Amino acid sequence: MQWETVIGLEVHAQLSTQSKIFSGASIAFGAAPNAEACAVDLALPGVLPVLNRGAVERAIRFGLAVGAKINSPSIFARKNYFYPDLPKGYQISQYELPVVEGGTVMFHVAETEKTVRLVRAHLEEDAGKSLHEDFHGMTGIDLNRAGTPLLEIVSEPDMRSSAEAVAYAKTLHSLVRWINICDGNMQEGSFRCDANVSVRPRGSGRLGTRCEIKNLNSFRFLEKAIDHEARRQIEIIEDGGTIQQQTRLYDPDRDETRAMRSKEDAQDYRYFPDPDLLPLEIPSSWISEVRDVLPELPAQMRSRLERDYGLSSYDAETLTADREIADYFVAVVSNLPSDPKLCANWVMGETSAYLNDAGKSFEHCPLSPGELAQLLTRIKDGTISGKMAKEVFRQMWSRRSEQETGWKSLQAKTDQSLVDQIIESQGLKQISDSGAVEKLIDEVIATNPKSVEEFKAGKEKAFNALVGQVMKAARGKANPAQVNEILRSKLK
Amino acid sequence: MLNSSLSQLSALLAEKKISSAELTAEFLKRARALNPRYNAFITLSEEASLAQARAADLMIASGDAKPLTGVPIAQKDIFCTKGWLTTCGSRMLSNFVSPYDAAVIERFNAAGAVNIGKTNMDEFAMGSSNETSFYGPVRNPWDVAAVPGGSSGGSACAVAARMAPAATGTDTGGSIRQPASLCGISGLKPTYGLASRYGMIAFASSLDQAGPMAKSAEDLALMLNVMTGFDPRDSTSLQREPEDYTRDLRKPLEGMRIGLPKEYFVDEISDDVARAVEASIAEYRKLGAKTVEVSLPNTSLSVPVYYVLAPAEASSNLSRFDGVRYGYRAPKYDDLNDMYCKSRAQGFGAEVKRRILIGTYVLSHGYYDAYYIQAQKLRRLIAQDFAEAFEQCDIIMGPTSPTVAFDLGEKSNDPVQMYLSDAYTIAVNLAGLPGMSIPVGFGQKNRPVGLHIVGNYFSEAQMLNVAHQYQSVTDWHTRMPG
Amino acid sequence: MSLSLDDVKRVANLARIEIGEEEATTALAQLSGIFSLIRQMQAVDTAAIAPMSHAQDVMQRLRADIVTETDQRDLFQSIAPQVEAGLYLVPKVIE
Repeated sequence: MQWETVIGLEVHAQLSTQSKIFSGASIAFGAAPNAEACAVDLALPGVLPVLNRGAVERAIRFGLAVGAKINSPSIFARKNYFYPDLPKGYQISQYELPVVEGGTVMFHVAETEKTVRLVRAHLEEDAGKSLHEDFHGMTGIDLNRAGTPLLEIVSEPDMRSSAEAVAYAKTLHSLVRWINICDGNMQEGSFRCDANVSVRPRGSGRLGTRCEIKNLNSFRFLEKAIDHEARRQIEIIEDGGTIQQQTRLYDPDRDETRAMRSKEDAQDYRYFPDPDLLPLEIPSSWISEVRDVLPELPAQMRSRLERDYGLSSYDAETLTADREIADYFVAVVSNLPSDPKLCANWVMGETSAYLNDAGKSFEHCPLSPGELAQLLTRIKDGTISGKMAKEVFRQMWSRRSEQETGWKSLQAKTDQSLVDQIIESQGLKQISDSGAVEKLIDEVIATNPKSVEEFKAGKEKAFNALVGQVMKAARGKANPAQVNEILRSKLK
Repeated sequence: MLNSSLSQLSALLAEKKISSAELTAEFLKRARALNPRYNAFITLSEEASLAQARAADLMIASGDAKPLTGVPIAQKDIFCTKGWLTTCGSRMLSNFVSPYDAAVIERFNAAGAVNIGKTNMDEFAMGSSNETSFYGPVRNPWDVAAVPGGSSGGSACAVAARMAPAATGTDTGGSIRQPASLCGISGLKPTYGLASRYGMIAFASSLDQAGPMAKSAEDLALMLNVMTGFDPRDSTSLQREPEDYTRDLRKPLEGMRIGLPKEYFVDEISDDVARAVEASIAEYRKLGAKTVEVSLPNTSLSVPVYYVLAPAEASSNLSRFDGVRYGYRAPKYDDLNDMYCKSRAQGFGAEVKRRILIGTYVLSHGYYDAYYIQAQKLRRLIAQDFAEAFEQCDIIMGPTSPTVAFDLGEKSNDPVQMYLSDAYTIAVNLAGLPGMSIPVGFGQKNRPVGLHIVGNYFSEAQMLNVAHQYQSVTDWHTRMPG
Repeated sequence: MSLSLDDVKRVANLARIEIGEEEATTALAQLSGIFSLIRQMQAVDTAAIAPMSHAQDVMQRLRADIVTETDQRDLFQSIAPQVEAGLYLVPKVIE
């Protein structure tokens, strides 16, 4: 039988606020255990929650970015269960009337456009952390993370392969960083995925029983866990078994999922509206204000790059893959508006490759966009060849690479003359004086009579050999187009 | 001096006829002496109280005194008080020294008032007789065989027995008004949202409200001036201009329309209570008020609605007591789950556990709509009843409790009978309205009777006026148990 | 819709309150009495009425996104049943 995997994702994006969602404690990562757990986060008797405007504003931003409905009022509810990392014995979340409802996320998988529908995105508080190192057979609880604002983004089960799920998750990851609501740091748990996976015979319209896999904190784990879980389910069904709906934990060391013991009991969360929090009203004026300052979204920018700059859809997608590369590209083009394609090639090519090797993102690119544009200008005005430009780039990079700060903070103080200095001091300047080129060509014609004869006999290959000889004689500094033109006229 | 009003005490302090340290020591001495008999206080601390009194004396000396500066006030043990044991009447918090102050405590501290001790109460404010306290029952100072009412029974007793000039209480279904009534003092529950709930240990968040308990309406007004006010830490705290609640005390009542709900004067009310309440209403007519009959047709649903909503909220509010970060942890357990189950089984008393079970059940899968949602819908009907009644009258009156104080142990094994005794007060919490009780005489066995006064939203000043005018022509509020 | 002994035990487990057989039986009797009182609610037709969650018809006030709290760990942990290295200790948690 042919099987089809059906996947829906629940993504928890930690919102990039200063303070917690219901208290004034800091959410900065890496503090000493419980140093950022205030009275409200610890659920001391008598304390009360007050909602953080910054968290709501980020939820609105997300809702607008995915074309969703912003509910007003929306309601906060208590999800009741006991767990030592949950100090109140309930999590404040949203159940009926989440702040964001509906919306879609679009992306490409292997050239095909795919749309995933969102069910909702709701605000909630994170729990603390249980540390299982051995404290005399006990568990240690750190509540610094308790109360950190999360946006839980729930998709419809619209994905059919782990590749689609990963592409969706990456698109979402890029989007939340693009609109600046989440830092996307997966190691620190700022962007976490739970996958609901089920399988069904291909062509079947009914959904199979699903399992929820938790703890997927990298795209690679997401892919592997889904593939593993689908295989597990198929094997069970093919062996005549049935799938139990459960919550499973992915173990990356063993590359397998296992049922979570803490979730074994049938859960009855007893959701009800939190009486400590009133209905959240989001006036349309607030939504307009947020819309006014929302940056151009990746999809809009992609079509603008195709339309206005004549870039291919591949280039446009690559250049809008994340906010950093897009910002960098836009900055380069603003210095060289006449040739966006050349800018695109160098941003996606050389710059991207060097950054990759250095393990840096575009945000931390040591070369300023102005410098790169200056280099490209020198190609365009014939000062250097494209090949020489790569050498100049290499030298610029080694001069700048010790700089730790990113280009945005450098831009003002970078010396635009660096490109010309390198070209000058290394003698990389192209020989553009036609007299000098002619002299070189005459010498080559004189010393290669055999090739000249062959060319005249109709062998085009011999012409290329002569060009090569000229370029060699010029130590690469001649302009190949110019050499071509003069040589051809001389051989007529 | 024991019978002095708050403004009289304030005047004595201002005129330096007595120091706050002396006044505090005097009340502490009386509280120490009477507490073995009444059990009104869970914690008395000469050291902490006198330190505050000395600080108050400095404020007075430097001319910075405010109306309650230097006056000893008893605090219900539901308010978190920094450095003080704050038990909420429960074994669960029998070791909880609060690391912070409740908003109400902060306000009294800022006013220079002296905390004279933490008063006994029904465990987590769940009870109408003060018999559910882990620290044992409080006695009614008018008759030690009788209950003082609850849950603010310790505060009511402390004021009635003149162990403190005034006290704080909290009221979720009548917990200020019913003990005030049973102990023959005055008590007021403000409009929901006027007093901050921050630091007040939650029972049922949408109903809980702090308020003053004192000998007279005039004292209540001074207390209310301190206790109420916007607090950004409580999302349900209302942003309103501060009021002076004493401003209307002396207004005449000529032409005031008193609504008498026909549902309140029925068979359930005992004869002695009915007689005293009717006599007080006759007094109001003499003061120039008119009476009109009004109807609150959904009154009988208040108790069932309350016993769904309050336990539901409580079951969730009390989940934080899990033995992990503070409070009681069972000495022996097998694993994490067993630690939870044993700590909570041993830390909570029978009534609290009963209400947690009710609340958990009504919120659980399959029952939520039939119980919780239905109760919230009926809550709206009950609130609408009052809105309609207030179109015909300015103020509503009736008995606070259908009977005078009952005997200790009389209802403690019959929760339903206990719950039904709060029928009059509960509806006011469901609607979020202000309510108060003032003493209007004595019934059976010479036990006090209280008049229940319910005003429209934010009409506290008017209610205090109504109470004060009565107290200007009667002396029930000055009577002291022997 | 009458309450059973199993209901009492299920709810006690949800609420993490240990309950013995005898206690559960007593609780069942008392809760049944209370629920017969509560069930008076069912007689009212409320189809057209919106649930009321709050006494005041006001909306949630929002807090500015600023850090206002400082580290008070030592104070807060001075009242904890068991702490070590700044962590609250509990019996082993199995995920």
